[in-house]
Amino acid sequence: MELIRFFLERRGEVLSLSLEHLVLVVASTLMAALIAVPLGIVATRRARLGRWILGLANVVQTIPSLALIGFLIPLPILGGIGARTAMVVLVFYALLPIVRNTYTGITGVDPAIRQAALGMGLTDRQLLMRVELPLALPVIFAGLRVATVVSVGVATIAAYIGAGGLGSLIFRGINMLDNRLILAGAIPAALMALGADWGLGRVQRRLTPAGLRTERGSS
Amino acid sequence: MPSETGSSTVLEFDRVSFRVPDGPALVSELTLSVSEGESLMLLGRSGSGKTTTLRLINRLLDPSEGEVRVKGVATTAWDVIRLRRSIGYVIQEVGLFPHLDVERNIGMIPTLEKWERERVSGRVRELLELVGLAPDEFACRFPHELSGGQRQRVGVARALAADPPILLLDEPFGALDQITRIEMQQQFRQLQQRLRKTVVFVTHDIREAFLLGSRIALLEGGRLVANGTPEELRGSEHPEARIFLSSLNA
Ligand SMILES: Nc1ncnc2c1ncn2[C@@H]1O[C@H](COP(=O)(O)OP(=O)(O)OP(=O)(O)O)[C@@H](O)[C@H]1O
Ligand SMILES: [Mg+2]
Repeated sequence: MELIRFFLERRGEVLSLSLEHLVLVVASTLMAALIAVPLGIVATRRARLGRWILGLANVVQTIPSLALIGFLIPLPILGGIGARTAMVVLVFYALLPIVRNTYTGITGVDPAIRQAALGMGLTDRQLLMRVELPLALPVIFAGLRVATVVSVGVATIAAYIGAGGLGSLIFRGINMLDNRLILAGAIPAALMALGADWGLGRVQRRLTPAGLRTERGSS
Repeated sequence: MPSETGSSTVLEFDRVSFRVPDGPALVSELTLSVSEGESLMLLGRSGSGKTTTLRLINRLLDPSEGEVRVKGVATTAWDVIRLRRSIGYVIQEVGLFPHLDVERNIGMIPTLEKWERERVSGRVRELLELVGLAPDEFACRFPHELSGGQRQRVGVARALAADPPILLLDEPFGALDQITRIEMQQQFRQLQQRLRKTVVFVTHDIREAFLLGSRIALLEGGRLVANGTPEELRGSEHPEARIFLSSLNA
């Protein structure tokens, strides 16, 4: 009860921080998609380069986010204190699931379908645009969904370098030893992650071509 | 593009071998030619190299040795996209595009060739009639809403879409029950009498080969072991030919 009152008193602040959080997540995930989808496509076209791209994306994923922030702070342009550095970190973490799903989505297209398309005289570009990408879209989108959910969590840490968002409530709560403040940041963040997962899951199902829905509707 | 009309040879294999790197030859020393309007049946048991031979024609594979010529020009000298668009191809697994309806499956190449929309849909209706599917009922269906036999008909219609002079069919009636198979064979015969395409038709069924072929090429282990009219094949002494012939009376 007390907690609810605490929330209601601060609903303005919680709401505006939630919005800030959301903007950070959406902007960074979209930016990551703009980089990751082309990278994933390139990886399917050049086997050697592809191994490098996927390997590198994997390595990035294993760096603890706080350490990555630490590395970035002294850097010019990409680094420093503030939302820009936070964006860079978030984009980094969102890359892997999207690159990997773009790659597996395209390489997972039934080889018979690819043979038929090539045999009838589609160019590589037409094969990609008219056959492979439409068929891989649900899988690519699943990667985007994972990236978004991960970003909601990572974005709370971004408050550490002054990027704002719900993390700033959490950090303030930690400093002031006030659990209510921590919860005021953590609960909306958790709800946002759940909401993103559910909402994007619905979109993903709608993107799945009818003929594929039962075989590989979600992944 | 080549427009040589002196000879009516449309397809030629000239001592063609194909091997995968560090592997055995899947096709060895194949020499074979197909004239305009002829239906060549590629007969052989599973793994004898039939599909590999077809893929050498539309350059899904390049020969390791020798040369495959289409209309007198080596496949490696053709613009590969132009080559493939002049050859209709029905793959063994049919391979319809699951995210596109029947109309857009069949209309894929005409659309890429920038035909006008009305012309494409007119052509699709014409082809659906040709392969025995009611256009109004089937044009808007997706592949998963078709039976196996209907899918194969759509596959044939798709291969015919841009009216290519050459047609490659890889066991197009393979996955069908006996009755539907016989029905499709009869329809294909009538179709071929009307269209007069140059056809290379892969089968492992000697009855089908006799029914539909003007000539039969028998493959064994990637080698051509017999090549002739059905009558000539009946007289062949080659052991593999005898095995196939004995299955006729079984
Ligand atoms: N990419 C490849 N690498 C290695 N071997 C291959 C490859 N593709 C096919 N083969 C082998 O080459 C042989 C001929 O294959 P092919 O697909 O041409 O046979 P087929 O006559 O079409 O058989 P089926 O009637 O079963 O379709 C087979 O033994 C097969 O295992
Ligand atoms: Mg085969």
